[in-house]
Amino acid sequence: MIAEALALATEEPAGLLPARQQMAFSLGWHIILACFGVAFPTMIFVVHLLGLRGNEVALVLAKRWAKVSAVLFAIGAVSGTVLSFEMGLLWPGLMGKFGDVLGLPFAFEGLSFFTEAIFLGLYLYGWGRMSPRLHLLCLVPMAAAGIFGTFCVISVNAWMNMPTGFRITASGDVVDVEPWKAMFNEGALLQFLHMWLAAFMVAGFVIAAVYAAGILRGRRDRHHRLGFTVPFVFGSVAAVLQPVVGHILGIRLGETQPAKLAAFELADTTEQPAPLRLGGLMIDGEPRYFIEIPNWGSFIARGSFDLPVRGLDTFPASDLPPVNITHIAFQTMVGIGSLLMLAVIVYWLLRWRGRDLLDTRWFCWFAVAAGPLAVIALESGWVATEVGRQPWVVYDVMRTVDAAGDNPGLWWVFGTTLVVYTLLTIGAVLVLRSMARRWREDGEELPSPYGPAALAEDGR
Amino acid sequence: MSLEVAVAAALFVGVLAYALFGGADFGSGFFDLTAGGARRGAEVRTLVDHSIGPVWEVNHVWLIYCLVVWWTAFPESFAAVMTTLIVPLLLALLGIVLRGASFAFRKYSATLSQARTFGVVFAVSSIITPFFLGTVAGAIASGRVPAEGYGDRWSSWVNPTSVFGGIIAVGTCAFLAGVFLCADAVRAGKPDLASTLRTRTLGVGLATGLVVFIALIPIQIDAPTLADGLERQAAPLIICSFLAGVATLWLVWTDRFALARLPALIAVATVISGWGVGQYPWLLVDEVLLADAGGADATLRALLVAVAIAGVVVGPPLVLLFRLTQTERWSR
Repeated sequence: MIAEALALATEEPAGLLPARQQMAFSLGWHIILACFGVAFPTMIFVVHLLGLRGNEVALVLAKRWAKVSAVLFAIGAVSGTVLSFEMGLLWPGLMGKFGDVLGLPFAFEGLSFFTEAIFLGLYLYGWGRMSPRLHLLCLVPMAAAGIFGTFCVISVNAWMNMPTGFRITASGDVVDVEPWKAMFNEGALLQFLHMWLAAFMVAGFVIAAVYAAGILRGRRDRHHRLGFTVPFVFGSVAAVLQPVVGHILGIRLGETQPAKLAAFELADTTEQPAPLRLGGLMIDGEPRYFIEIPNWGSFIARGSFDLPVRGLDTFPASDLPPVNITHIAFQTMVGIGSLLMLAVIVYWLLRWRGRDLLDTRWFCWFAVAAGPLAVIALESGWVATEVGRQPWVVYDVMRTVDAAGDNPGLWWVFGTTLVVYTLLTIGAVLVLRSMARRWREDGEELPSPYGPAALAEDGR
Repeated sequence: MSLEVAVAAALFVGVLAYALFGGADFGSGFFDLTAGGARRGAEVRTLVDHSIGPVWEVNHVWLIYCLVVWWTAFPESFAAVMTTLIVPLLLALLGIVLRGASFAFRKYSATLSQARTFGVVFAVSSIITPFFLGTVAGAIASGRVPAEGYGDRWSSWVNPTSVFGGIIAVGTCAFLAGVFLCADAVRAGKPDLASTLRTRTLGVGLATGLVVFIALIPIQIDAPTLADGLERQAAPLIICSFLAGVATLWLVWTDRFALARLPALIAVATVISGWGVGQYPWLLVDEVLLADAGGADATLRALLVAVAIAGVVVGPPLVLLFRLTQTERWSR
């Protein structure tokens, strides 16, 4: 891994490595908030609906979740803005050449972001100011915008993996641009489904984890049970469907991105049938420290027990992704995904038989851990698909090196980004924690920060 | 109208909307910053919270709209601007990030000292962001962005046109915000607050108007192509801006704030359009003509479809949101 990192560091141009780090960091941070933007409105809709049907506890949850989503949406919006600047600031080579090929889905993403922001404004300020039914319905376009927006962003990524909708002339010019074909490329739908489910897993398990932690501290009331159950149901459904979608998505890799597949599988040479390698690292071109399960590599990668998986040695060294990072990230995603799927199946089976694991401390601890685990799985999945595509930014068409700019000082920008994002994270945690504390103490309405109450407290 | 011009017009609508609505949000940061200590400024800050709370996120989306349409429709010029003006763009971006986050944090903060900290960050970043975006506009308008990108990272935006651009941006934002906040204060039944804000709004308006017309002199020397355009095709807009500005000041002076909002919007819209029309037919002044900058025709057509869909889908709820925030029921 160190050797890989060093190899990356010595590549040209100067803007490449800091741009990579910066993009990875800011995207990795934003993607967590994006999950909440996508999945939270649907969950709020459910508790709000329950609330309108007479469940007081659910209505309280809806009001609180709306306030939490306002904070998360705000920082999600600004970190998303950072990304749209970064597209040009860090990757001028990509945007200058392919901006008109990949731009359309971004335009539609902007449209859905617009929709979400408008209806969020209406929803947040609509409590007591709109008819209850109309107010509830504000969540529907938000949820729909979350779905469509996810599709659009992922469509761009899918295009980077399976570029289409243009032709390159002998002199290197991009011609015959078909933006709709690029947007609705073959990879988009499945990759979108994978990300969409991931968003529900992350938001579902993280929110459930918060209430599981409350239960562990002895708050075994209806409020906490409902606060746990609603997101956990969403997380559970997504966790069970996710491996299926992931598998179908993976099968295609053998044809579309064989080098990524070989790195996923740690396949140094072509084998037929290929074994499944659990764990392991590539050291000096040899896979080591793994557990081998015969034939299953072929099944997982190709959907059949006897098809070959192409080995890394069949590619020129300059076309290979960093194997260990890709492999570890992929296995982490699959490992955590499988664990979460099994856990929710066990939980719901036992609950169906009349036993609620939420009454046991060990399961509550596991539910608390499931939140961060889902986030790690999400990040690993993203690393697997992004690092696995290297050295290409547009697969088989443009190398990442050629997408980067060569502005000096990008390391300073990256350093500043680290500091600012750390502050944002601290600010968000601080504010969310103090919201939760006040809810436990005084009830629903948060006082204005400049209102009389705050001033009296300050004593000036 | 050629495809390029049609898409550029759609892009410019985004620039205008961002300057007007986003501008009014940014400008309220100026009043927040100058509101005084925690007790004295509490009323203004509560008003700011109330006024922009429901809409700031929506108004922010215009920026994203502009970026996306720009890189999709005119990709090479987008890359050229991004590589040349990396410094002011990064500083504006820093302001946007800090502002958005600290505004949300302040609203839900637990203690007054927390609220104060977030409030200062919010207010300061509300001022630096339009300043640096203004310098970017000045850099493009004065022909300092080379077509192939990577122009001088400093002199491209540290120059008379850019600096005036920055100051004008900050001033117009504050002026707009002042007029809107005065109207909001009256609607919320706080005439005393409105009269404090009124004095400051008049001051900001006079100062900004003065700067806009003083700026015409250095622009003559520093940005001849733009100056030429301002004197010819954009002259009616500049005159219109002057008249609307005077009308706004008079209406504010005579306490007719609700009515003053209209000429205030017109004054700012015509200044911004003056810049756009003044530099036409250039996209990057003296470097790239709009007609030569477009990406693939198929993409430009698709973009127009997207913009039309946006008008149908986003337009009505946007109008609803703005109407609601400007009604009594939501002012409580």
